[in-house]
Amino acid sequence: MQCRSSVKTDICKEGYQMSENKETLKIVVVGHVDHGKSTVIGRLLYDTNSLPEGAIERVKRISKEKGKPFEYAYLLDAFEEEQKQGITIDTTQLQFFTKKRDYVIIDAPGHKEFLKNMISGAASAEAALLVIDAKEGIKEQSKRHGYILSLLGIQKVYVIVNKMDLIDYSEEKYHAIKEDFNIFLNTLQITPLDYIPISAFYGENIASYSHKMPWYKGKPILEAIDEIPKDKDISHKPLRFPIQDVYKFDSRRIIVGRIEAGTLKAGDEIQITPGNKTTRVKTIEAWTPKDQTDVAAAGQSVGITVADEFFNRRGEIISHRKDVPIISNRFRANIFWMGKTDLIMNKKYKIKLATAEVEAEVKSILKVIDASTLSGKEKALRVRINDVAEIIVETKEAVAFDEFRHSKATGRFVIVDGYDVAGGGIISRAEKAINLKGGFVKENYYLNSRIFEEYYYSVQDNSIKNVQTDNKLYYVGDEITTTGDTYVYPDSFDIIGIKDGMVVKIRNKIIEDILSLQDYTYNKLPLINARGFGIRVRNQEEFNQLIEERDDKTDNISKDVEFSNQWFSLNQYKHIKFSEDSVYIIEYNI
Amino acid sequence: MNHLDELEAESIYILREAYKKFGKLGMLWSIGKDSTVLMWLAKKAFYGYCPFPFIHVDTTYKIPQMIVYRDKIARELNLDLIVHTNEEAVKAGMGPDKGRLVCCRALKTDGLQQVVEKYEFEGLILGVRRDEEGSRSKERVFSERNKDYEWDYTNQPPELWDQFKTDFPKGNHIRVHPILHWNEIDVWEYILQENIPLIDLYFAKDGKRYRSLGCAPCTGTIESTASTVGEIIEELKHTKTSERAGRAQDQEDAYAMQKLRKDGYM
Repeated sequence: MQCRSSVKTDICKEGYQMSENKETLKIVVVGHVDHGKSTVIGRLLYDTNSLPEGAIERVKRISKEKGKPFEYAYLLDAFEEEQKQGITIDTTQLQFFTKKRDYVIIDAPGHKEFLKNMISGAASAEAALLVIDAKEGIKEQSKRHGYILSLLGIQKVYVIVNKMDLIDYSEEKYHAIKEDFNIFLNTLQITPLDYIPISAFYGENIASYSHKMPWYKGKPILEAIDEIPKDKDISHKPLRFPIQDVYKFDSRRIIVGRIEAGTLKAGDEIQITPGNKTTRVKTIEAWTPKDQTDVAAAGQSVGITVADEFFNRRGEIISHRKDVPIISNRFRANIFWMGKTDLIMNKKYKIKLATAEVEAEVKSILKVIDASTLSGKEKALRVRINDVAEIIVETKEAVAFDEFRHSKATGRFVIVDGYDVAGGGIISRAEKAINLKGGFVKENYYLNSRIFEEYYYSVQDNSIKNVQTDNKLYYVGDEITTTGDTYVYPDSFDIIGIKDGMVVKIRNKIIEDILSLQDYTYNKLPLINARGFGIRVRNQEEFNQLIEERDDKTDNISKDVEFSNQWFSLNQYKHIKFSEDSVYIIEYNI
Repeated sequence: MNHLDELEAESIYILREAYKKFGKLGMLWSIGKDSTVLMWLAKKAFYGYCPFPFIHVDTTYKIPQMIVYRDKIARELNLDLIVHTNEEAVKAGMGPDKGRLVCCRALKTDGLQQVVEKYEFEGLILGVRRDEEGSRSKERVFSERNKDYEWDYTNQPPELWDQFKTDFPKGNHIRVHPILHWNEIDVWEYILQENIPLIDLYFAKDGKRYRSLGCAPCTGTIESTASTVGEIIEELKHTKTSERAGRAQDQEDAYAMQKLRKDGYM
């Protein structure tokens, strides 16, 4: 169905000035239950005059009905269950603004049993206020929430020491808490922006300086948050454009998705991984003339058309050719578990990573950590609810990803158990891919091949590394790419799987046949081995000699080296390129 | 990217996720400003095409101009529009005189359920926003409803990094909320920026205008002289009255909206 026409209107012709470049910062408020998170937020809203008419009256009425003193928290705890029990069950977001910018403030529940809601709230924040009760001091969730913040990559944290009124605004006790908590945070590599002593209930050090604590030389919350720097723009970083969907509503074939990092221009040469296809961006599509553009950058939801039309699917990542994501089926990750049932090894889960969805198993649980004590257990068998762990994940198919520290959006994932998102994690490093099934297939013939490997010389650590960029299964009739970043094959040639005793015939880039070496007749076309090295065979005689020596060859390394040096040419079709960054390279032994 | 561009990009991402994930998808169009913005966002997301039907749950009590406008737009845009009324309840004489919440349940909640059942929708796109009222402030972007259309609001699934709830048992459905993160002023600024056509009930006539649209007996006007989008934005920047203050059903009970929405209300 189509609704292309647009109704004309004259209501929008006036000269209202839009507030350009209005900056928004998202802050999550976390901490132990009853330490006053909702009260801090309620007070911030109250002091910035952000509450609608009647809100205070309504809260006064509810508080009175319940026979309780005035409760700022009711401004946020909208559910009946929350107000009756005086707890925050689910996260909520509210907005207020200062002269400098707009804020979205996220309230997160402090109960251990609602940790999944706390994580849902915190995951979208750029900065955090970690609230600690001055009288109770550091409790279980103070630490667990601190840990989760560090896992989520939230580094900009103010520690708010609340309820200072209950300890008579004592500087001494405040410093004791500060020292104590700093020790914990430092082990997480979090350096708080600052500590702020406050009394949310009495509004001390919220919007203005407190006269009760003249010894405090820092800023009140409202001024302090204005100093939190925004996250750096990531449009200059390597391009990461995960494919969300492919549309064909008309003659255009539009690849859509959100640019997660970097910048994309019409005309750019791009690579699509893990399928390892290369092409050029033809256009960036738009519906309204106002949105027409040739450049799009991080954060934008866009659609593009490309020069070569081939099968693309959701989950592949578009990048520039010189800076592709990692491709592997194994990685190491730090995860938090929110599932009702424990995370266990060798069970089938679903991983959602950017737009990719792939079946996966946990191959190893390296360490389980109780986030509230930091006590760890090595080589555990399961991860329980609310625990964090370091694990190794193996996906069924190769996926494209990055380490979290290089690219947030393509370096994190959630784990789906049955119908539920039960865990989340960030990738700390890629592991060598194993059990991958990339190669050539025809019925019961199967040749594992690495002819699409790329070879780079890493300037960083002065060594040659090879990268497996394509782990697809190819079938007879499929077309292959004969030109990569570091290889150029002829259009027609034969791949000889020396060890496996198999041959793949390529004619005009198409796989013509896959057969046993015994049934193969030499036909003077170039020969290449399963790793993409040229085979030095020029005539039938040399071919016969190759087969003879192959049969003589035993599993002896030195004989293998001799054989390889005699018959294989490393640089006939492949060459080595310099690469600045070894991070994106997975090592193999050549 | 300015603030509105960021909101738009996120909303388009959500709409595209919904389209990718749900075979049977529909979008509620209430003729009001929020769902009209949603319709505009859908056209942007799908390059002028609307690959799913629009749904209007007609209570028969709507402000008459809304119905006139609805039919006009549906014709002009050639909309694939499903209009559904809970005929049985209307015939039985259901109306706000039976109790406002009883009426909302019958004509809106039950009406919506009948549509979901009839067309077997797996996903419904709605224009609700967090800043409207308390129970909506706690919503997820992809929010599951069970076979009985109920919302288990005290046990919502985790939602992080734009990885939404897309796995659920057959018979359940997902409410998709692409503009959950927008506020009232964002909506109006976007209408201004994009020059989106809108029903004129929002613009002041004789010192009154509607700030929120609904059924005639339960929706009040506000005192206002704002007759352009720009004037409305200026007015909203200085008001302290809540957006839904003119919606009578919200005021019936301190937790009215929570109770209605738990049972499947939009």
